[in-house]
Amino acid sequence: MHLDHGHSHHGAVSADAHRPDGTRRALRIGLGGPVGSGKTATVAALCRQLRDTLSLAVVTNDIYTREDAEFLLREAVLPPERIRAVETGACPHTAIRDDISANLEAVEELEDAVGPLDLILVESGGDNLTATFSKGLVDAQVFVIDVAGGDDIPRKGGPGVTTADLLVVNKTDLAPHVGSDLGRMARDAAEQRGELPVAFTSLRSAEGVGPVAEWVRERLAAWTAAPAPTA
Amino acid sequence: MARLTTRSALLVLADGRFPAGGHAHSGGAEAAVKAGRIRDAADLEAFCLGRLHTVGLTAAGLAAAAALGLDPYELDAAADARTPSPALRTAARRLGRQLMRAARAAWPDPELDALAAAFPGGAHQPVVLGAAARAAGLGPEDAAHCAAYETVGGPATAVVRLLGLDPYRATAVLARLAPVMDEVAARAATAAHGGVDALPAASAPLLDITAEQHAAWPVRLFAS
Repeated sequence: MHLDHGHSHHGAVSADAHRPDGTRRALRIGLGGPVGSGKTATVAALCRQLRDTLSLAVVTNDIYTREDAEFLLREAVLPPERIRAVETGACPHTAIRDDISANLEAVEELEDAVGPLDLILVESGGDNLTATFSKGLVDAQVFVIDVAGGDDIPRKGGPGVTTADLLVVNKTDLAPHVGSDLGRMARDAAEQRGELPVAFTSLRSAEGVGPVAEWVRERLAAWTAAPAPTA
Repeated sequence: MARLTTRSALLVLADGRFPAGGHAHSGGAEAAVKAGRIRDAADLEAFCLGRLHTVGLTAAGLAAAAALGLDPYELDAAADARTPSPALRTAARRLGRQLMRAARAAWPDPELDALAAAFPGGAHQPVVLGAAARAAGLGPEDAAHCAAYETVGGPATAVVRLLGLDPYRATAVLARLAPVMDEVAARAATAAHGGVDALPAASAPLLDITAEQHAAWPVRLFAS
């Protein structure tokens, strides 16, 4: 009989930082946010920017099973074996928060199949302002909103806007066209989030996803530098 | 051996919030809704009744046998033999793995560890369910009840989401079926005492066929 202490491949402790062989597992970052805010485009841009220096994989949770995975495949941002889609039974927030088992299976299978990995991005299906990731699934989370969704979203708050480790305000190029006040969004976000960072992005601009990629690199450096996990 | 003090453990295991992945599976209801076979609460009731007397009875028997401590390899082979659809075999093993994760967190137990190590790709979900029940101090009747309830609870929730069916009507369907669940669970638990070869092998061919079709859909909300 094989007795382990919670860090086997089928370990019961979901947030364990190490893999069956004792090595540190990949950093897991969740990306959530309302429908249409640019989560998948952000993931694609991050992959393009990071894939040459990091070993990456992506798990998607689109409400319609394979849409996001197929977008990423079509855009050829990663080889197909580095992308997994998880079905969410019409409840995207359940799969990232209340019952994370399918997503945990997916991230572990990716590490087994194409590892070692530095980073796994877990993209939520489009949801509402209350959606957040479980700490049992991801190490850090990004909440993506966009200026066209209304410049009052940061003021409204909600768990995503308020507590995400990074708030991304996307599509800043559209602000003049939809009458959104970026200054107001930044002030409201600072009010809601205190010291937590906010990145304003326009994926069509030269800088593109740069600020988000920079934040991801910082998180990864901190993850790698953390003391080796004790078995 | 089930004791009165384990009743609350049964509630924890049977709770729809138990994080074992079931929420993303419709038990064939998504395919039935798309085909127009489930349109209202009456259809849901007929669908669930059919599931209970077929795959529900079979799952309950396997779960009861696992809770009794019968050989998990034999039980897993018996589950394979009772699951002709490759898509459903895959789903059952995946769900078995997901349930194993939750069960080991909830009721740490050397037998569960051994089962997880023996089936790295996942054992069939009813077998894991029975083992989880055993680890929780529950008996074969409890495991069978849990399997019977899951057989209909999943589809009922799925149909509420897929059709916007009135949740009170869906819950009333489950309540009306409760005596049937009890009957199915009792039959399954009795059979389990007769050993692996005596376990029920009822199946629903249409569920097998539609599961294969559903697995090939390019766009679907549920995993099965």
